Amino acid sequence: MFVAIVFALIIVASIVFHFWSPWWWTPVASNWGNIDDTIILTFWVTGAVFVAVCLFMSYCVWEYRYRPERKAEYKPEDKKLEFRLTWLTALGVVALLAPGLVVWNKYITVPENAFKIEVLAYQWGWNYRLPGDDGVLGKTSVGFINDDNPYGLDLSDPNSKDDILVMDADLHLKINQPVKIELRSLDVLHNFYIPQFRAKMDTLPGIITYYWFTPEKKGEYEILCAEYCGTGHYAMRGYVKVDEEQDYSNWLAKQISFEKMLTKKELNKNLLIAEK
Amino acid sequence: MSKKELNIFKLLSEKPWEDSQKVIDDQHDGKTLALSKAKLGVRTIMVVSTVIFSLFVVSYSDRMLVHDWRSLSEPWLLWVNTIILIFTSFVFHKTKVLSDKNEFEKAKNYLLIVGFLTFAFITGQLLVWQYYVNLGQYASTNPANAFFYLFTALHGVHVLGGLFFWGRATTKLFTKNFSVLKIKQAIELCAIYWHFLLIVWFILFGLMIAT
Amino acid sequence: MTDEYTDNKIETKAADSSSGSYVPPAETIPAQEAPDQELYHAKSFWTKWVFCQDAKVIGIQYALTATAIGFIGLILSWGMRLQLGFPETFSFLGPATYYQSVTMHGMIMVIYLLTALFLGGFGNYLIPLMVGARDMVFPYVNMVSYWMFLVAVLVLIASFFVPGGPTGAGWTLYPPQAILPGTPGSEMGIVLMLVSLSLFVIGFTMGGLNYVITILQSRTRGMTLMRMPLTIWGIFTATVLALLAFPALFVACIMMTLDNLLGTSFFMPEIFTMGEKLEYGGGSPILFQHLFWFFGHPEVYIVALPAFGIVSDLISVHARKNVFGYRMMVWAIVIIGALSFIVWAHHMYVSGMNPWFGFFFATTTLIIAVPTAIKVYNWVLTLWRGNIHLTIPMLFSLGFIVTFVNGGITGLFLGNVIIDVPLSDTYFVVAHFHMVMGIAPLMVVFGAIYHWYPLITGRHLNQTLGKIHFWITFVGAYAIYFPMHYLGFIGVPRRYFEMYDSPYMTSGVGLNQFITVAALIVGFTQILFLYNIFTSWYKGEKSERNPWKANSLEWHTPDYPPTHGNFGKELPVVYRWPYDFSVPGSDKEYIPQDVPPSQVPTAKAEQT
Repeated sequence: MFVAIVFALIIVASIVFHFWSPWWWTPVASNWGNIDDTIILTFWVTGAVFVAVCLFMSYCVWEYRYRPERKAEYKPEDKKLEFRLTWLTALGVVALLAPGLVVWNKYITVPENAFKIEVLAYQWGWNYRLPGDDGVLGKTSVGFINDDNPYGLDLSDPNSKDDILVMDADLHLKINQPVKIELRSLDVLHNFYIPQFRAKMDTLPGIITYYWFTPEKKGEYEILCAEYCGTGHYAMRGYVKVDEEQDYSNWLAKQISFEKMLTKKELNKNLLIAEK
Repeated sequence: MSKKELNIFKLLSEKPWEDSQKVIDDQHDGKTLALSKAKLGVRTIMVVSTVIFSLFVVSYSDRMLVHDWRSLSEPWLLWVNTIILIFTSFVFHKTKVLSDKNEFEKAKNYLLIVGFLTFAFITGQLLVWQYYVNLGQYASTNPANAFFYLFTALHGVHVLGGLFFWGRATTKLFTKNFSVLKIKQAIELCAIYWHFLLIVWFILFGLMIAT
Repeated sequence: MTDEYTDNKIETKAADSSSGSYVPPAETIPAQEAPDQELYHAKSFWTKWVFCQDAKVIGIQYALTATAIGFIGLILSWGMRLQLGFPETFSFLGPATYYQSVTMHGMIMVIYLLTALFLGGFGNYLIPLMVGARDMVFPYVNMVSYWMFLVAVLVLIASFFVPGGPTGAGWTLYPPQAILPGTPGSEMGIVLMLVSLSLFVIGFTMGGLNYVITILQSRTRGMTLMRMPLTIWGIFTATVLALLAFPALFVACIMMTLDNLLGTSFFMPEIFTMGEKLEYGGGSPILFQHLFWFFGHPEVYIVALPAFGIVSDLISVHARKNVFGYRMMVWAIVIIGALSFIVWAHHMYVSGMNPWFGFFFATTTLIIAVPTAIKVYNWVLTLWRGNIHLTIPMLFSLGFIVTFVNGGITGLFLGNVIIDVPLSDTYFVVAHFHMVMGIAPLMVVFGAIYHWYPLITGRHLNQTLGKIHFWITFVGAYAIYFPMHYLGFIGVPRRYFEMYDSPYMTSGVGLNQFITVAALIVGFTQILFLYNIFTSWYKGEKSERNPWKANSLEWHTPDYPPTHGNFGKELPVVYRWPYDFSVPGSDKEYIPQDVPPSQVPTAKAEQT
């Protein structure tokens, strides 16, 4: 009696907790609202199964508790029942999977007009690179990295000259402009994750990975590293600021291109030599 | 083998609680396969080894595609070793045939030849290593080298493991302290294992010369 | 100890038949190619208890070693929880120590505790007894298996004492990070970890060889595969999985060791770190992940399948009812086992592998939900119309059902590729896998210990302590991991030493404190359990033979508790499946497997 009630109470408490707890996801700030919808759908379907199975179990524990005079039923199997349950479950699984795959298809299909941004991860911080006026990011290689060329840009690639280097943990995005995030890592695995945008993907040294989203809400969002990357993993933060068109242009105007940076460094060097 | 045909689907659809099934089940001797435990043991080990080698081969094929891959040129010694290994397998087969005919005196000598050839193979492999090291081809020089050392080492360890059981069988034969059934089985299983190692070597060596 | 058997060949009783006349075997037994198994008879204390070849003793050795290392894992988790719940008060853990604790806790619990306990511990103890064998087929190899395991554990412990400490690479040991200086323990710690894992795999293969072949070839007369208790089915399938999956871990360990020690580039791409470019180049970190999860996912079922099997038997015995849908249960175990080899990449949805794999692996993963759900239905339907004794093993089984369903259902979230995108690498994942492969199997472990303790020692565990243990462990663990899912929804990433001040993270502070307190209470309760185990060993209430009135063979040995050789002079002969409880038409409430039909004259199962 007691046991059955406690088990039932635990289930009721779980439901109450779900509806009354203050902990829930942050409001979505990108186009991936339909990920939330898929989660809600899964919640209802699986939650119903969980509650049904556990309450039924509690009922059995109460109804069929030990009585000396009771004799348990002898029933090796019930084909019809098992068959029905199998198909019902299969149906439920299809109902969860099908919408999930549709959204996944959308997730991996980058729109044509997406603005490409390179996110460069290292132990432990973030840098960014935007394509210049040509809209193309220049080629890179870890082998080219030196003090003058912190991103390892290929100097022989004409597309690299006008690339804009944002050597700062904060990134600005234009609102309602789809972006394709191209992820690069210099050392180990990282993961560029902004909870409000829902999307994430690992960065790997040696290859470029990507994902896309459209920021749809103005604001400032924290970037977290979501793949363990060593002692400083928890401190690998940054901010994404989603701006209106005007603010974005102002910010962009302050950034410098690779070419400019090279000439500036060259000047500095010459100055140093001249001073000596 | 034929008596115990194993039909998994039929087996799994038995209803052990039904009277008709009980009559059949009561006659069951408790063995699923008509194989001795030792034979099954060796087979299981060969399956596990096959999984290991297959995973290495998969990794090899994956790693091979990267541009920094530089194939090694195989020295003639490697071909000699391969021939030695083929010959060993052949002699082991002869040994097994002899022991099946209860001609243990002859089998004894053949076993010694097997041992000699196997040690020759291992020495040969070590010489190939030395050859590469002298050329400055270390494991870290190139992934192809790394895989070469890895494959030969792993195969070598398997051979050494086999030699342990070969040693036990040979000692028993020479000290005349054996039961006929057991020694026959030991020789048969060792022979199977040697053939298995030959096949593994063919695959690894073939993979390395083909790429 | 009844060690003296006159002959190596052990005779079995002639088959008895209810019709009265003796029916000769339908098929002749093939002539044996080698003489039947010889039992090694212990001569001294050392060979009887230390270098012992009796599977029962080896099982206990495995279980004790696993429990000991498991407690270290538990203590490590306290350190982590204190840091997460009360970072200001308990600031003695630096990030490096924190990550080392996380890593060692995970590795110890998954491999050295759960795998070793279920297969090494329960497998060794129960397989020969339940299938009616005198011992494992290769007792010597079995003994070596245990000693390899012990060496692996010792190497693991040694890594705590080397310069730089144990590895802090996370239990997944992803390269390149695992062997680069940015990770704690990248000096000797990681090497010892890889060596220890390799030793574990080798040792386990020796044991696994025994389990599989004993179950296949060494059963007693009349014990068909479909008459085996589900416990044996679970352990058997899990062992087959382990034999095929552990090689992947082995291969990955070897290649990573070489990358670390010889400077090869199997997994190491071009890397620029600490201001310089490393010598590595061209390797693929994703290849490691594929190898690791090709082992890692079956590993989940290596832990879960024995739990499935054992819990089915516990529920059946304590509800006095046959397992509902026995065949379906066996099929489900086999199907889950087979499917577990084609779902591994659902751990890698956001790893940067080809995104098209997502479709395939999401589909296979969700298909696995079907046989798993069927198992759950059948457990609950076994309770339906049973006669449920609320003994401690039954309580733990009920606890298992709740936690397993909960953890299984969150698996449907994470398996569905698009839902995994926001939730992966958050506390949702942590809560999910602790619930489904931590708490749920542990519920079964505890239930099984309360169930079989009388068989092992001849005494019962203290019931009051047991009930306290159950309620605190079950309610406490549920209170830890159920709310933890919601931290994941907020977006709190896992493996964070500190949560900082992001608004959505600070909202979880109270929750984190609550979880820490609950975790400490549950953790300390396990000490109570240990106390119960050790004191009951000599002070516990004496148990009569077969206290739970179970049918399977292990309870029907001539000596109780069973001694070396298990079954005395003659092996038992099996006449029925192990679930003949409350058979209609029979006045006996239960009919053990080795009772011939002639002794239960009225026993005729009604056709369903």
